[in-house]
Amino acid sequence: MFDLKLLILQMVTGVALGSVFVLLSIGLSLIFGMLTVVNFAHGAYFMVGAYVGVYALNVTGNFWVSLVVVPLVVGVLGLLTERFLVRPLYGRGIDYPLLLTFGLSYVMMDLTRMIFGSDGQPIGTPPGLRGAVDIGVGNFPLYRLFLIVATAIIVAALWLFIEKTRFGLIIRAGARDPEIVRVLGIDVSKAWLLVFGLGTAIAGLSGILAAPIRAVTPEMGIPVLVESFVVTVVGGMGSLPGAIVAGLLVGIVYSLSSLYVPDFADTSIFVLMALVLLVRPQGLFGRAGLMS
Amino acid sequence: MRNAVLNGISRHRVAAVTAFLIVFPWLMPYEALAVNVLIFGLYAMGFNLLFGYTGMLSFGHAAFLGVGSYGTGIVMVHYAWPWYLAIPAGVVLAALFGLVIGWMAIRTRGIYFAMVTLALAQCVYFIFYKAESLTGGENGLRGIKLEKIDVLGLQIDLLNPTNKYYFLLIFVVMTLWFVSRILASPFGAVIETIRENEKRSAACGYDVARTKLVAFVLSSAICGLAGSLRALHLSVVPVDSLHYLTSGHAVMMALLGGMGTFFGPFVGAAAFLLIEDVVTNITKYWQLVAGAVFMTFVLFFPRGIWGSILHWLRHR
Amino acid sequence: MNETNNTRRKLVLGAAAAATSPFWLNVARAQGAPIKIGFPVPLTGPFTVEAQDQVRAAEIAVKEFNEAGGLNGRMAELVVRDDKLNPGEAATRALELIEKDQVNFIVGSLSSATQLSTNNITKARKILFNSISQSDTINEVKDWSPYTFHEALNPHLTGGAVGRYAFPKFGKRIVYLTADYAYGHEMVRGFQTAGKLLGAETLADIRHPLGASDYSAFLPRIQSLKPDILVLCNFGRDLVNSAKQATDFGLKANTKIIAPILLYTARQVGGPEAFEGILGGTSYYWRLEDTVPSAKAFNDRFRKAHGGSVPSDYGALGYAGVRTVLAGVKNAGTTDTEKVIAAMRALKYDFYKGAQYYRACDHQSVQSVLIVESKSKDMKDKNDVFNIVSVEAPNEKNLRSCSELGHQA
Repeated sequence: MFDLKLLILQMVTGVALGSVFVLLSIGLSLIFGMLTVVNFAHGAYFMVGAYVGVYALNVTGNFWVSLVVVPLVVGVLGLLTERFLVRPLYGRGIDYPLLLTFGLSYVMMDLTRMIFGSDGQPIGTPPGLRGAVDIGVGNFPLYRLFLIVATAIIVAALWLFIEKTRFGLIIRAGARDPEIVRVLGIDVSKAWLLVFGLGTAIAGLSGILAAPIRAVTPEMGIPVLVESFVVTVVGGMGSLPGAIVAGLLVGIVYSLSSLYVPDFADTSIFVLMALVLLVRPQGLFGRAGLMS
Repeated sequence: MRNAVLNGISRHRVAAVTAFLIVFPWLMPYEALAVNVLIFGLYAMGFNLLFGYTGMLSFGHAAFLGVGSYGTGIVMVHYAWPWYLAIPAGVVLAALFGLVIGWMAIRTRGIYFAMVTLALAQCVYFIFYKAESLTGGENGLRGIKLEKIDVLGLQIDLLNPTNKYYFLLIFVVMTLWFVSRILASPFGAVIETIRENEKRSAACGYDVARTKLVAFVLSSAICGLAGSLRALHLSVVPVDSLHYLTSGHAVMMALLGGMGTFFGPFVGAAAFLLIEDVVTNITKYWQLVAGAVFMTFVLFFPRGIWGSILHWLRHR
Repeated sequence: MNETNNTRRKLVLGAAAAATSPFWLNVARAQGAPIKIGFPVPLTGPFTVEAQDQVRAAEIAVKEFNEAGGLNGRMAELVVRDDKLNPGEAATRALELIEKDQVNFIVGSLSSATQLSTNNITKARKILFNSISQSDTINEVKDWSPYTFHEALNPHLTGGAVGRYAFPKFGKRIVYLTADYAYGHEMVRGFQTAGKLLGAETLADIRHPLGASDYSAFLPRIQSLKPDILVLCNFGRDLVNSAKQATDFGLKANTKIIAPILLYTARQVGGPEAFEGILGGTSYYWRLEDTVPSAKAFNDRFRKAHGGSVPSDYGALGYAGVRTVLAGVKNAGTTDTEKVIAAMRALKYDFYKGAQYYRACDHQSVQSVLIVESKSKDMKDKNDVFNIVSVEAPNEKNLRSCSELGHQA
């Protein structure tokens, strides 16, 4: 039974789902592209963002304020992490920062449990964004539309930043060739510090944006981490357009397979990843050679 | 004098480790923990072969631990195979998965390799999770009975924890000997050169891709054996054996113990399991402690416990 | 000089270790020793709150037993361990409890997988295990053993009870949103078995991955089917998430949402809006004290011991699981496992929720099921989250039959 309305509704759902993936993998991709660091704690920053956001919401009663507070707080956490934990590991080999962030994720989860308890924080959909609207093919939650729009705005802002500002130029140059950038006298370590902070800030922001539609628990970052890795591999590590396209693609694939082959919805994204790897190992938009 | 002793131990490393493992249960609060150290030590050793010696960081090795467990478990529970056929079945199955996953993953290098192995292992996780009638799905595979075995007319009661430990130790020692031989062979030398400088090894004429694949398969077979023994030890196969967090454990143990050392994996496994066990009795935040300890090692003692000890002993 | 010091140190260490090793502990099993009940529950992980409640309630059962004099002066002792909600870890803990702590009995587990794992270890070593968590599988002949007891409800019974209440009231066109694992399937089966007798029609059984955080992929399809009832066949966090999102999608306007188990703690976390109007089953809710005297007695003891807080559903199971074992010990007059099993089989008890007994073929505790509805208005205090709308009396017929489970008659 082919229901066009249902299909379109499902695709829109997929785009909303994909928006969270997009934000997460942009952060991951930025950090990898610039620092060649795989941030295994990315899911933990996502989770911390959600927690900080819920806390800010409970204190101020205003969701919009939390949206501003979260990237600042999480970004600072990211800055501290890079400066004191990751920086000492540069030059030691590509695996060490990965390992460190892996251990860091455990620490962050347990610290969150210590401060907030293991149970999970209730958060409702913010007033003003509740309810569903008829988008022509069916009722669709207003909040998810907001999510799509918010993601688009953030991505646009990021694009402007990277394409039109001087710091963005440094990021692009550093992703291409960090050595030359250093030779040109630019303080690469400062750039790396800020990029790490920026990547984690975006991860935190996606956490609070996703919080009203997911359970806010200390473990919420775990499944999200694997998903963002898949997206980043599909899109190409270090590529921002790749993160965007792949994020939406993965969201739609997951959504559609939930509708037509629900038993394989979980594996569908890995199958996608395996296909991409067999045909184009560097990802859809990745640069060949950006591999070791 | 010291160097002579160290060199002697090095040359007879299998014997030295075996001797230690024979007295090991006396140092542990209970045998089940000692057996877990054996099993996870073997798991970490298989991983170490790939990571410590060949330099390839895989985040999907839980797939082989799990496949080994399920392979052995399924043939024993559903097809009533005896244990001496079930164990090789688990190992062979793990090696086959290693061949397929390795072949797919080796096309990528460096960080991509870690990502790909992670994702492919998650694929395996979902497949086994779904195959409920064979694997028990989320409930795991239960009913793996190995209570008494007949060896040369002697009946050994394997419900007795001490007997179980020494029975499993036999397999571990055999693997130790096998790994030691590999590392001492020309193949062992080649994988270390690949770790040091892949391009140069290729320039020297070694078939890097094929060597890596062989190392991958060997590594997966060893992890498969660890899984096999684990199934016999716990009499169940938990489905999270295949989850990437279990892969992460292999990484943590190898690093804690000392990558690229022979005895390191066992030290790492013991350290990790002890931390978990002891810390759990003191506080429920054992993950915090484990994570913090791990980060400390990554930052300050990248050689790991055993690696640092060796380094200190050699360069005092 | 250094070498001899090292050797001496190693000898001392070795001797100390040997002295504490299990080989010497068989002596402890003699008479007069405390009655040890191993209690492996997930103290860390997503159900830590429920597990801690289980421990608190179990401790009350132990205290009651000891205050009444124990078994001719032998006191009971609860040996609590953390199974981390992980079946591999649960097996190791069970081995530790049996080999190192030399427990007499084990009560515990909170997930289906961990109880099956623990059971696998205890039955091989002939240790009595009383499971206090939902599972259909543990009563089946493949997993069961004469040493296995099941104090908790099972999905078949709970799903059936909720279905029997809800289907006649709210409609016959049913959609299931099911967590894709054994427990989810068992819940669906419970509902469908009850529904068949009432003419209920399954429009769809939509599977979602266990632990899914985003249900948006499934809700449009459910919306388009326009069912009378949407059954959320999942548990804990999954229930919170799916309830929240179904509310967001506006499903409550045309559809009644029910769940097989409404966990007290899940309701606290999810909040009143998400759960408003949702109906479900439970083994225990503290307001039962309004009608059942043993509930009031238990609640009061819990309130006294824990500063006025009330026990949750799973907490109460912790109490019952330990109390029945200790009652068996008292009645048998010994800790001998075979005799305690016989005593428990003969037990007819009302410890906290009304009359209960263990069915002979599979040691399943035959008990009532409470149907509760979540409320967001008229809440007397923060604990008053449900209304008990119905109590289904204990009835063996609502369980799967012995032969269905594979037991010989």
